[in-house]
Amino acid sequence: MAKANHAPTIEELAAAKEIIISTGSGGVGKTTTAAAIAALAAMEHGGKVLVLTVDPAKRLANALGLEQFGNTETRVPDSAFASAGVAPRGELWAAMLDTKQSWDDLIRRHAPDATTRDAILSNPLYQNITSRFVQSHDYVAMERLYEIHCSGHYDLIVVDTPPTRNAVDFLDAPDRMADFFSSKLLRWLTAPYRSRVVSMASKPFYAVADRILGSQFLEDIAEFFILFQSMYAGFVERAQAVNRLLESAGTTFVVVSTLEAAPAREAEFFLNLLAERHLHVGALVLNKVVPSYLLRNDAAKAARRMADDAPAIAAQLGSSYGPPDQVERVLREVGESFANYRLIAQREAEQRMELSKVPGAVVTVPYFDEDIADVAGLLQMGRHLWR
Amino acid sequence: MPDLPHLLDRRLLFVTGKGGVGKSTIASSLALLAAEHGRRTLVCEVDAKGNLADFYGVGALRFEPTEVTPNLYAMAMDTEDSLKEYLKLQLKLPLIMRLGPLAKTLDFVATAAPGVKEILTVGKLAYEVRERNFDLVVVDASATGHVVGQLASPVAMNDLVRVGVVRQQTEWMLELLTDPATTGIVVVATPEEMPVNESLELIGRLRAETDIDVAAEIANRVLPELFGRSEATTFDRLDSPEGRAALASIAGAASDTVLNAAELAVSLRRNRAAHLNDLRDRLPAGIPLINVPYVFARAHAMRTTRQVAEYLGHEVL
Repeated sequence: MAKANHAPTIEELAAAKEIIISTGSGGVGKTTTAAAIAALAAMEHGGKVLVLTVDPAKRLANALGLEQFGNTETRVPDSAFASAGVAPRGELWAAMLDTKQSWDDLIRRHAPDATTRDAILSNPLYQNITSRFVQSHDYVAMERLYEIHCSGHYDLIVVDTPPTRNAVDFLDAPDRMADFFSSKLLRWLTAPYRSRVVSMASKPFYAVADRILGSQFLEDIAEFFILFQSMYAGFVERAQAVNRLLESAGTTFVVVSTLEAAPAREAEFFLNLLAERHLHVGALVLNKVVPSYLLRNDAAKAARRMADDAPAIAAQLGSSYGPPDQVERVLREVGESFANYRLIAQREAEQRMELSKVPGAVVTVPYFDEDIADVAGLLQMGRHLWR
Repeated sequence: MPDLPHLLDRRLLFVTGKGGVGKSTIASSLALLAAEHGRRTLVCEVDAKGNLADFYGVGALRFEPTEVTPNLYAMAMDTEDSLKEYLKLQLKLPLIMRLGPLAKTLDFVATAAPGVKEILTVGKLAYEVRERNFDLVVVDASATGHVVGQLASPVAMNDLVRVGVVRQQTEWMLELLTDPATTGIVVVATPEEMPVNESLELIGRLRAETDIDVAAEIANRVLPELFGRSEATTFDRLDSPEGRAALASIAGAASDTVLNAAELAVSLRRNRAAHLNDLRDRLPAGIPLINVPYVFARAHAMRTTRQVAEYLGHEVL
């Protein structure tokens, strides 16, 4: 496929877009990727940059000053950059998503009156939903992104998506929420509790549902939905606005993956889905990749020789490096270890071939020896991403 | 006699951990190990990702268990199928009853009312155990973030639903789940910062929010130690500029690259060993820590599953 222009780099995306959404399956490093993009953008492009994260590693959260502030947007102090030996051109801000808090805020905003608000906040089903309902994280993350974007406080917002079972769940969350509130079934379910006159049509269902769940529980459900329905218009409108924001020209997606089979397959699936929905795929980040020198054939040959001819090589090296039998063991171990890691590199190279047909830039980030836990580490990773 | 039964002598094992740590690898290998030791075993994938089938090199799994090797059956959870089975078994509903619209309605209620989907999942698995259809049920469960909700669903249901058939159901389920001789949770981590922390947080939450026993912590993908202490000194000397030059003159210039790779292997191992020690130190007393080495393999298929099962066999048998 001929392309007139090269795909923009992540650096160019960070300069041109308003929202970058980092996504991928669990454990691939999407939180770190999001934080690294934000840190380097604040450092080099200037302006106000916010990283909105869901579940950062403790030490990273500490480095960003997130431990105390949680849901509130907090400025990462310049001293955090100073300890990395640099001074940022702009400001780096960070916020951590607190699902429960965000839901409560949402109810406060949409509830028609104080009575409804308090009734919802104290409803046992509501409390269960916000703390246990998995999909509620997806919805609230996108909702919060929308709210922050509308505030106009930031030039760039980099978002880290929740660790959903399926990397695409959060994309459906606004729609699902809208469907949910406009559903006929919902009205049907709550109808008898509103009118207290059970229509003939709904009887068989209630008879069965009653036997399974008990009428008390059904009433709890109904009360909850009747309360929630008062916020129907607000929610649906909001969900649609969130979707428009995700589809807008100012938003791009960065898909993060390692080159292991399962995350790579998930990434491929997600890339296809983004394309289907005409959402902008900015880049594919291949994280924690082993060095490419492992693929060199001359090195493989040398490794093989070191393992196979260890006694002869050890004899030639003499005793200046250690007892010959020990040198022999070390040579063999070093040669065999190369072969082991080369196998990983080969597996990864094959996986990369499968993934490289993406419209956006493909960026490789090496496996770092140490976990990234400070601004210096983020900037180091950011420089790999910028290429 | 130890207080708690041997891992494979339990009846229901939930395998969980942070995303990407190899839950499916461990679940599939544990199940294979059990099957090879004469236990009629069912392994169930809970998240519909369709990965588990790859570990046995078989086609897509369905709700109906299929035998993948002798004694070993595999299934994929489907809450709608589970609901249909439940209605058939518990309510003795006539088969002619149209389940279509009802299932749709209940699916809707399930989306709305938290815990319904979870309880259909846990309920089906607990049912297989109660009916003694299998000696052991191994669950490739949800990731750390979701698994507590899943396992606590009978408790949540018990709190919300005060009467009805569901109430009677949750009571026997809870009894089965909270009996350490029957049910255990296996938490998997790789020796890295986030997975270790999530493991320990999960164990804390499981103990605070459920009465289900944590049967074991598994450290997966533990990298091999390249050298003993004195060999490490020899390696460092060889790795010096003089050593590298001497080696290059014998084994060729590319030996430099081989030494670079060895340095990488040593530092990866060292970094991970620190996290492994951290896990060992912070793991609550009484929970065994099982190490499974990194498998340098071509692909994660039956071959790897078998290798991991062998490693697990050394550790747990």
